[in-house]
Amino acid sequence: MEKTTAKHAKAPVNASLSAEEKIGLLRTMLRIRRFEQTALKFYNAGKMGGFLHVYIGQESIATGTVSVLGEHDHVITAYRDHGHAIACGMGMNECMAELFGKSTGCSKGKGGSMHFFAPDKNFWGGHGIVGGQTPLGLGLAYAVKYKGLRGAALCFLGDGAVNQGCFYESLNMAALFELPVIYVIENNKYSMGTSLERSSVLDRCLAQRAEAFCIDWKQANGEDLYEVRAVTAWALDRAWNQSKPSVIEFDTYRYYGHSVADSKHKGGYRLEEEIERYKREHDPLRLFKATLIADKTITEEQYEAMDADAKNEAAASAKFADESPLPEPSDIFSDVYFEVDRQTEAGRTGRHFFND
Amino acid sequence: MAHIEYRDALNQAFAEEIERDPNVVLIGEEVAQYDGAYKVTRGLWKKYGDKRVVDTPISEAAFIGMGVGAAMLGLRPVIELMFWSFATVAYDQIVNNAGQIRYMSGGLINCPIVIRGPANGGTNVGATHSHTPENWFAAIPGLKVVSPANGYDAKGLMKTAIRDNDPVLFMENTLLYGEKCEVPEGEYLIPLGLADLKREGGDVSLIAHGRSVNVAMAAAERLASEHGIQADVLDLRSIRPLDQDAILRSVAKTHRVVLVDESKPFCGVSAQISSIIMENAFDELDAPVRRVCTLDAPAIYSPPIEKLQLPTSDRVVGKVLEVCA
Repeated sequence: MEKTTAKHAKAPVNASLSAEEKIGLLRTMLRIRRFEQTALKFYNAGKMGGFLHVYIGQESIATGTVSVLGEHDHVITAYRDHGHAIACGMGMNECMAELFGKSTGCSKGKGGSMHFFAPDKNFWGGHGIVGGQTPLGLGLAYAVKYKGLRGAALCFLGDGAVNQGCFYESLNMAALFELPVIYVIENNKYSMGTSLERSSVLDRCLAQRAEAFCIDWKQANGEDLYEVRAVTAWALDRAWNQSKPSVIEFDTYRYYGHSVADSKHKGGYRLEEEIERYKREHDPLRLFKATLIADKTITEEQYEAMDADAKNEAAASAKFADESPLPEPSDIFSDVYFEVDRQTEAGRTGRHFFND
Repeated sequence: MAHIEYRDALNQAFAEEIERDPNVVLIGEEVAQYDGAYKVTRGLWKKYGDKRVVDTPISEAAFIGMGVGAAMLGLRPVIELMFWSFATVAYDQIVNNAGQIRYMSGGLINCPIVIRGPANGGTNVGATHSHTPENWFAAIPGLKVVSPANGYDAKGLMKTAIRDNDPVLFMENTLLYGEKCEVPEGEYLIPLGLADLKREGGDVSLIAHGRSVNVAMAAAERLASEHGIQADVLDLRSIRPLDQDAILRSVAKTHRVVLVDESKPFCGVSAQISSIIMENAFDELDAPVRRVCTLDAPAIYSPPIEKLQLPTSDRVVGKVLEVCA
């Protein structure tokens, strides 16, 4: 492990990092974790409805991939989206308020946990149907290329989503049209309660399936932030300079259940010892912290202060969310149709809603 | 004014909009080099090239989803389904992604996409290719559904649909593609949500959309010549948004209604119209609202029999005589 980290630390994209930038990466991972731990606490206190798919254990992937993106690169992911949202620059307040179902949420309380969006930050969600976002990622890349921009679409999916048909349709079209899309498989080894071995035929790994579409791929260690950045930079170079798609598979692990309501994740479909081993030996936050302490980028005290800040920020976001107003019942009918919201001539013509 | 086919009226709409807006791109199976399976996009690839007219593999979910993603980023894709029946393999992309993205993002993201193609029975291609899914999609808030009955309306509505900032599902008809009517060569727009009174009469309202308008018109001529009954024929043109005012105006005038609808009857478009009339114009009615729909079974192949499964002017005349009795 130490050896691979050292190797990837020397990759140009990492060797050029300033101390401040390295600390920024650690801070982002820390903020994601503290945000979600706080969200979990308030979910359990009954402040939220529906699902809460927690990303804890996978923070290095969203943080690392997004950290190497440029102005015309775009991000889209599935329902385990809190980490990507924060990595893309969304604030804890609008994210937490969305979880609380409040009008100050990023989607005004209309989307919930699975549906965070920030198009001004090139973050396109947050999608609930497994694999359903993979053609959308293709479309983001299509638009980037159509407009003649030097950019890419980073489309995340889980190890379960690789078995959806539209993913393969998308891979074929990505290669056929030479679209700058990068499919990032976050393999946390379980599609809900079904292990990788029980859901997918495997030779070497899931990303290898890209070979069927003549797309280059890499499998990488998702717990190593430097490796995540180096591999993403490889794919971005292909997208930016050759308009070629890539598939990356990051090995990773989630500590919590598929969603909070996953009674069998501990001692059911996986052993508690396995979870503890990952936390002990493979925690991306702990590993990167150790790297930065070892190379004297930060001290333990600085880390503690940063952690306290992240916890305070998360606690403040919960307070903000709790004190924020709910949407009005009349808000049910806004944001359905652009033309109706803007009361354009089109929006004023004909009946759009059919209530009794 | 030229006397041209429905398909060529649509073709003019595409050409005009491609020239007007650099973000308009036609995408679909066989739309480019093959000139369109039904020749609706004939000549456009040759004229506008690979960037604006794009052939796809047979992957409806991926190319519709791709269009949705591209629309989110500001393109205006016009996506052809060779048959609207094939929407079944892209249902998630249409309903969940095109239809819900604006809402779930709290209005941050728009999806200015047009998905278009023929949606009709009557061509002996069996049940899987003969769906009329106006009602499947009009039931989804966030989507708009349009179904023009002639070339003039098709061109004006298509141009509006392409400029609309919401997803518009545009349902055409293979049996209408070859029908000719007068279509201006230049620019004109027809708003969505505005019905058109295709024939005026004071005795009964025939309310229809798509090719059923022609069935209603044929029935109206027979009712006039054989029975002395004068029918209003109201063409809805757009299902969602819906011109409820025009429906109620006609009902208030005639007090008798027969709805002609190629949907299947269960929760069909006409079921919704019937409910609207009952809720808003109950006191205007002198007889119960009657419907002529496609007979409620999968589309039969046998050519002479399939004709009878769709709405016919015979059945419309029969229902009108019941309500006017």
